[in-house]
Amino acid sequence: MSVWRLVFREIRYRKLSFGLAVLSVLAAVACLVAVLTLLRLHDRRSEELVAARAAEARATGRKLEDDYRKIMLHLSFNIEIFPKGQNRDFFAANYAALTMPEEYADRLGQSRVVTVNHLQPSLRQRVTWEERKRTILLEGARSEVPVAGQKAKKPLLQLIGPGGMLVGYELHASMGLKRGEKVSLLGKSFTVQGLLPATGDEKDVTVRVNLAEAQELLEKPGRINGIFALECNCAAPDRLGDVRKEIERILPGTQVIEKTTQALTRAEARNRAAAEARAAIERQKQARAELRGERERFAALLVPLVVLVCTVGVGLLAFANARERAGEVGILRALGVGSLRIFGLFLVRAVLAGLLGALLGYGAGLGAGLLWGEEPAGAAAAAFEAPLLLWVVLAAPVLCALASWVPALLAARQDPAVVLREG
Amino acid sequence: MLEIRNLSKTYRGPDGPLTVLRGLDLDVGAGEFVAVQGRSGCGKTTLLLAAGGLLHPDAGRVAVAGQDLYALSAEARTRFRAARIGFVFQQFHLIPYLSVLDNVLSPALALKVPDARVRAEELVAALGLAARRHHVPAQLSTGERQRTALARALLNRPGLLLADEPTGNLDRDSADVVLGHLADFARNGGAVLLVTHDAEAAARAQRVVRLEARESVGVGGGGEP
Repeated sequence: MSVWRLVFREIRYRKLSFGLAVLSVLAAVACLVAVLTLLRLHDRRSEELVAARAAEARATGRKLEDDYRKIMLHLSFNIEIFPKGQNRDFFAANYAALTMPEEYADRLGQSRVVTVNHLQPSLRQRVTWEERKRTILLEGARSEVPVAGQKAKKPLLQLIGPGGMLVGYELHASMGLKRGEKVSLLGKSFTVQGLLPATGDEKDVTVRVNLAEAQELLEKPGRINGIFALECNCAAPDRLGDVRKEIERILPGTQVIEKTTQALTRAEARNRAAAEARAAIERQKQARAELRGERERFAALLVPLVVLVCTVGVGLLAFANARERAGEVGILRALGVGSLRIFGLFLVRAVLAGLLGALLGYGAGLGAGLLWGEEPAGAAAAAFEAPLLLWVVLAAPVLCALASWVPALLAARQDPAVVLREG
Repeated sequence: MLEIRNLSKTYRGPDGPLTVLRGLDLDVGAGEFVAVQGRSGCGKTTLLLAAGGLLHPDAGRVAVAGQDLYALSAEARTRFRAARIGFVFQQFHLIPYLSVLDNVLSPALALKVPDARVRAEELVAALGLAARRHHVPAQLSTGERQRTALARALLNRPGLLLADEPTGNLDRDSADVVLGHLADFARNGGAVLLVTHDAEAAARAQRVVRLEARESVGVGGGGEP
């Protein structure tokens, strides 16, 4: 006769009592495991969702990048080249005071650095129109610079022949100038060749003449202070960076800026889309974290409560068992079975209830978690966690043993004489 | 085998102290079958429990095989009881979920008996329980239950057998069987102390001790050796 045999026989005899103890442990373990499984599946699903969203954003980004590159192959952009350090504030005293050689425009036209459809050199300066007592922007423009390997283009700007003049809206409107009218500018006679429409900027006070005549009037022969390179094409993603480096190498002492184009707008849109995708991922992460937090708070309340109730239940069942077995314990004591062994009988029973309850509870909790939890790919494999199984298989029997400790102790200390005398 | 000197025991009850044994002397030698008789409440069961090391007396000495039981620690006394003393009770006190064989083997929980299984089988057979060896107590007659209890008491080959009204719930035939086995045990060198109301049972003893209420008196004659 061994302790194990006695324990197993007793369990078989008092199935209900043992079954209730197992059920208590099962409930506690199942609750714990289900909650942890739900949280783990939630985490797994969150990772999946965020990864999917990130992959989606990356794919969209790549597509946008590709689209952008393709678009850039066909979209032109405009750049303006002017002397480094040029003050471009129209109202500043030194507005456009710096100049560069007119030959720069020809050099750029032959460089093949970028595919340029139009190259337009100009000389601008704010001057006082003495004859009319007006401050104007005198602009000298010439016909377009030939671009290497290209046929002559239709000019972007209206050509001005020698002695001709184009007048900005503010000027011709206020002075009542008419096309074909003869005017004197800085002592030189010009014919109004055209009247410019209102633009709302400095063009409204611009007088445009032939470049050579402007250079003469401003006493800056062979000098210009701006080149417009219009409808440039460049396949490089960082087109401005690349073009700027090349131009600054070819044309020393200049700087390059890009004028706003449709491509820039699209690039901006792409950046915004990427930022929005990142924000959406963050929002999703945040929402998932909040949901997890709610579940954690619920679990933090539920699990200890269930574990406490079940532990008390196991303890009460152990008390009932010890009470029911008083006569049996009395006779065993009379037969010479030591109190430690009696104590062990009850503890072994409690440990077995804990072990069985833990195993069944783990299975039940896992099942419940899979049934009610989210379903990421490979949910079953993700839900199973060997350390948790080990933990509950160790902790549940220990908890049961602790819950049964006092009943077992009372049973072991029972006076057999009292039991036997009472029959 | 059993030596009791000046044994006294008083219980504290709701109506004050109740002395059930006062200055009792009793000897039961090896091979002796002694019956104790007396009215209810005269202390028969108290005497038996004290003799078995289960009830600490207020005064006096109880020695089994020369060992003063109450000089031992509780755990040592438990071990000693397992090795030297067997009990048979009126209520049998069998473990309800163990078979006859397992009940007989239950003292092996307390004391390692190398041939416990063989010994148990022998006892079961000797007491006519072979056909019932796998039955649980609920499936046995009262006589069979008492024989099972007797077999259990004998498993560890005790020197002293203490029997408390072992025939109280039995019919005559069953009682005769049980008493016969007690007598056999004594004949084989064991000491038996039987507490009984039953005059016929007492008559099977070699010697009868009569307990009067709250004190012990005289020694009477016995029946079979």
